Amino acid sequence: MVENVRGAMRLATLDADALAAGLTPGMTLADARAREPELRVFEADPHGDQDWLERLCDGCARYTPNAALDSGHGLMLDISGCAHLWHGEAELAQAATDRLERHGMRVRHAIAASPEAAHALARFPAAPAPDEDAAVRRLPVEALELEAESAVALRRAGLRTVGDLAARPAAALAARFGEEAVDALHALLGLGHRPLAPRRPRPAIRVERRFAEPMGSSAHAVKVVAEMAAEAGEQLTERGQGGRRFEAVFFRSDGLAFPIRVETSLPIRDAPAIMRLFQERIDSLSDPLDPGFGFDMLRLTVPRADPMAPTQLALEGGEARKSEGVEALVDRLSIRAGRARIQRLEPRDSHIPEQAQLALPAVEHRTPEGWAPVGEPGDPPMRPLHLFDPPQPIDVIADVPDGPPHRFRWRRTLHEVTRFEGPERIAPQWWQARDGAIEGESTGRTRDYYRIEDARGRRYWIFRHGLYGAETVHPGWYIHGLFA
Amino acid sequence: MSESINSLAALKRHIAALDRTPAPTVGCARLATGHAGLDAALDGGLLRGRVHELFGAAEEEGAAAGLALILARLAADEAPLLWLRTTASAKAGGSPYGPGLAALGLNPARLLIGLMADDAMLLRAAVEGLRCPALGALLIELRGRAPLLDLTASRRLALAAEQSGVTGFLLRVGGDPVPSAAETRWQVAAAPSDPLPGNAPGHSAFALSLLRRRAGPDGLAWRLMWDGEKGAFGDGRHERHEHGQDGQQGGAPLSGALVPLPADRSAADRAA
Repeated sequence: MVENVRGAMRLATLDADALAAGLTPGMTLADARAREPELRVFEADPHGDQDWLERLCDGCARYTPNAALDSGHGLMLDISGCAHLWHGEAELAQAATDRLERHGMRVRHAIAASPEAAHALARFPAAPAPDEDAAVRRLPVEALELEAESAVALRRAGLRTVGDLAARPAAALAARFGEEAVDALHALLGLGHRPLAPRRPRPAIRVERRFAEPMGSSAHAVKVVAEMAAEAGEQLTERGQGGRRFEAVFFRSDGLAFPIRVETSLPIRDAPAIMRLFQERIDSLSDPLDPGFGFDMLRLTVPRADPMAPTQLALEGGEARKSEGVEALVDRLSIRAGRARIQRLEPRDSHIPEQAQLALPAVEHRTPEGWAPVGEPGDPPMRPLHLFDPPQPIDVIADVPDGPPHRFRWRRTLHEVTRFEGPERIAPQWWQARDGAIEGESTGRTRDYYRIEDARGRRYWIFRHGLYGAETVHPGWYIHGLFA
Repeated sequence: MSESINSLAALKRHIAALDRTPAPTVGCARLATGHAGLDAALDGGLLRGRVHELFGAAEEEGAAAGLALILARLAADEAPLLWLRTTASAKAGGSPYGPGLAALGLNPARLLIGLMADDAMLLRAAVEGLRCPALGALLIELRGRAPLLDLTASRRLALAAEQSGVTGFLLRVGGDPVPSAAETRWQVAAAPSDPLPGNAPGHSAFALSLLRRRAGPDGLAWRLMWDGEKGAFGDGRHERHEHGQDGQQGGAPLSGALVPLPADRSAADRAA
């Protein structure tokens, strides 16, 4: 890895082979190239490294809630009280190391009583020692991470290990090498204590109102929620976010709580818009908001927020969006009817007809995707407009068992087939059959689809389930869809 | 006495104000269907910002829903289209199928589907939808007699559509035409398609008859053929005449402006 230091390309980090070849970090790239023409060079990306480390750190939440970044290139996990969940400290360390190594990382770890000691032990492999204290005392003085001159001066003075240093009076050390040296020494020996700064997810926005006297009217409570929504909206603006989910909880003085949740398809932070949704939800409650003896606390939280660029409101010329978009309609209808009731269709890559689409809640899904038509250009529709799920069985009269249908009975009506096209053979997903499974049993049977038209012009999509002879003796017929 | 007369007059004025026709700027645009005969008979096309009612027998559901969707898509252009139906409809008539919609040239990505629990909720949502001007068009599917859709309810829908300019299509599957405030009322059925070589079913064809129109003659019938790729209606029959089997009719088109289709459609069957 190289980085640009004061106009010169210098080596930033090296792998083991390069170190073995005698290259050192800080060397200019030209020098290094002169020595090792085969050198493979990459641009250093400190921000990328930091980002990656932060993600690893967040992933370490599985071991302990207190996971912090350790200066530069490490992670510090506070495993007090967590180790027994993994049957011991060593097992926890092993699990974490295995997990990281599976991603191609080389991991060194150490467990110690203080964060500084663990930091030093992981970076400066010391000789084996009977206990932690002895191991720390055997660390070289560089483990104190003082300035380079101090470390050299310590070595000149004949102080090679931390233990040598600890044996000297602190006052003399402070006088010669400064307070930092003594602080670092004490931290390493576990005498001082520096707190960890664990990475924590940003808390959700939460606004509360407590009342000295319970509030007896729901309408007033809703007005207070509107104030709180404005406050939450300001906080969202500061964060550059908009809420996708809002929850208002009405706490009653007798201990009951009424949570009311709304969800939007686009991030919003406009208080009137939020309140419209809440009002919609409150109106559609089967159990009305009953104040009983009064509400004594209200809480508004934003459990889910998405980035939202600041918008320019009505300034001179600039005009806020006057008419509400379709999203607002979708939100309102989803809140009133239920979020799964307003749907969007999403294509799925499958040749099994009923699996080729998914109906997702429109509130949730945003990006419309393209649909690839089935069949050649210029053809009439090859797929029906309506699909029956499950397909409906029909009685079919065909000339031969594996031939096209002649007439069929569906919903007690006899249909005479005048035109047909097919079969379009759709095979089951054989790759999902387990070894040894009877063919056609675990994954379904082959379907032969026919596009047919009856004497009155109605077009249907029907299929024969199973290959005659090979898969079944009596293939059943089903109607799967209606064409326009 | 004079007091009561005054109040009566005030009330009448109030009612007149309530019932006034909307400003002519809104809702006078016409939606050309692209079918020459149909557009000519409708003075240029279906009125936008109105509610149009399409009736189809229960067994004609595919055709009726297909034509209603096509018309709604034409009205919506590129704007989102909302299709409101009930869970009972989905159970009885199947659910909309994306690949099939795409094959008809109706982009499923611009379609929203609302599955409502019952007709009452559906009609409430429909009024709400018709009030949202960002919506391209609204398709309201009702099954059976739908007693909740009375004159009041349909008038409410029509008013909402007139105010916002959103065109509404009421799809009545298996319902009998009853008086309503809809601008036009149509009967839709499937028509035998123009067969492809090998006697395969061809492009979607519809038999459409105008049952009633607020201003203008009714009782007309057409045969429409929809080409999803071109996104246009055609008469069919003309370009594919050599494949047809209606030699005995000398190629006289079954449909065309002002040629009524017999109710029992024996002509259609004979021609097929």
